[in-house]
Amino acid sequence: MSAPRRPTDPSGLERYYVLTGGRSGPGGAASSLDVATLIVSLTAPHPGMQHEHEDILRRCRDPLSVAELGAHLGLPFNILAVLLADLLEAGRIEARDPIPAHHAGRGPDLALLQEVLSGLERL
Amino acid sequence: MDLKGFDRPGRPAAGGTRSVKVMIAGGFGTGKTTLVRSVSDIKPLTTEETLTQASVGDDHLIGVADKTETTVSLDFGKISLNDSLMLYLFGTPGQERFWFLWNGLFKGALGAIVLVDTRRLASSFRAIEEMERQDVPFVIALNIFPDSKQHPIEEIRDALDISPDIPVVACDARDRASSRDVLIALIRHLKERSAIALEPR
Repeated sequence: MSAPRRPTDPSGLERYYVLTGGRSGPGGAASSLDVATLIVSLTAPHPGMQHEHEDILRRCRDPLSVAELGAHLGLPFNILAVLLADLLEAGRIEARDPIPAHHAGRGPDLALLQEVLSGLERL
Repeated sequence: MDLKGFDRPGRPAAGGTRSVKVMIAGGFGTGKTTLVRSVSDIKPLTTEETLTQASVGDDHLIGVADKTETTVSLDFGKISLNDSLMLYLFGTPGQERFWFLWNGLFKGALGAIVLVDTRRLASSFRAIEEMERQDVPFVIALNIFPDSKQHPIEEIRDALDISPDIPVVACDARDRASSRDVLIALIRHLKERSAIALEPR
């Protein structure tokens, strides 16, 4: 029987390195990912997929925010963003950024604000 | 392509669901997490970002000189506004000096609520400065604690040195209806600002 050992990597950095293949941040379309971006699966997981990718596809059958995904999977934002970038690139998920109150060039979105207000007043 | 389980007729709304976000700022211990918790539909969760270089030379944890990783946490909750619109609420990290490192923390937010504890106004100065610097529209919410003294709002407004058009409301962050009313005050403020911006000159 082997004696109990102290974990060699208590910070989890080694695990993150393996998960992301050493990449520290997403590129391309995923660099705009926000904590409130909604992720929606476009395809079902397939056999042989990286476990975390599979997990993401399963959890995002209904739209789920990046923040919720991070909390459920126990992954920090920047690591999760790398995994999401892979899925985005492969066309397996859709990412919907939060709607801002101002649309570039089109001014404030009064209809959106009214929709938020009505929702709050119903609470 | 295997789409089993991904075809859900009769639930078209989920397909079009969108999100908006509101930030909850304020000094340490002003009740940010309490407010998120009281008004959220879900049990508040925490999401993290690891900062691997930023802490070098800027971390006050004496004796941890070789520390190369810092974790910044965001507590958040969500409110389902209707079938296809989710409001996410994010409590900002207590260490304001890390805010700028979080990629676009305030970008895309409708606005922010800055919580103020009237017993220690100064703890929220930094949050107010940051909202002004990043041009994030906000309202001030005075979180009334049991031993908070009554101060005239004008006195507080003066001490916080905020522009006269910024609403100041009192609340009890532990109370769902009270927290919701602060959110309503924020959205009304945003609508007014927008209406002014849309007025023909």
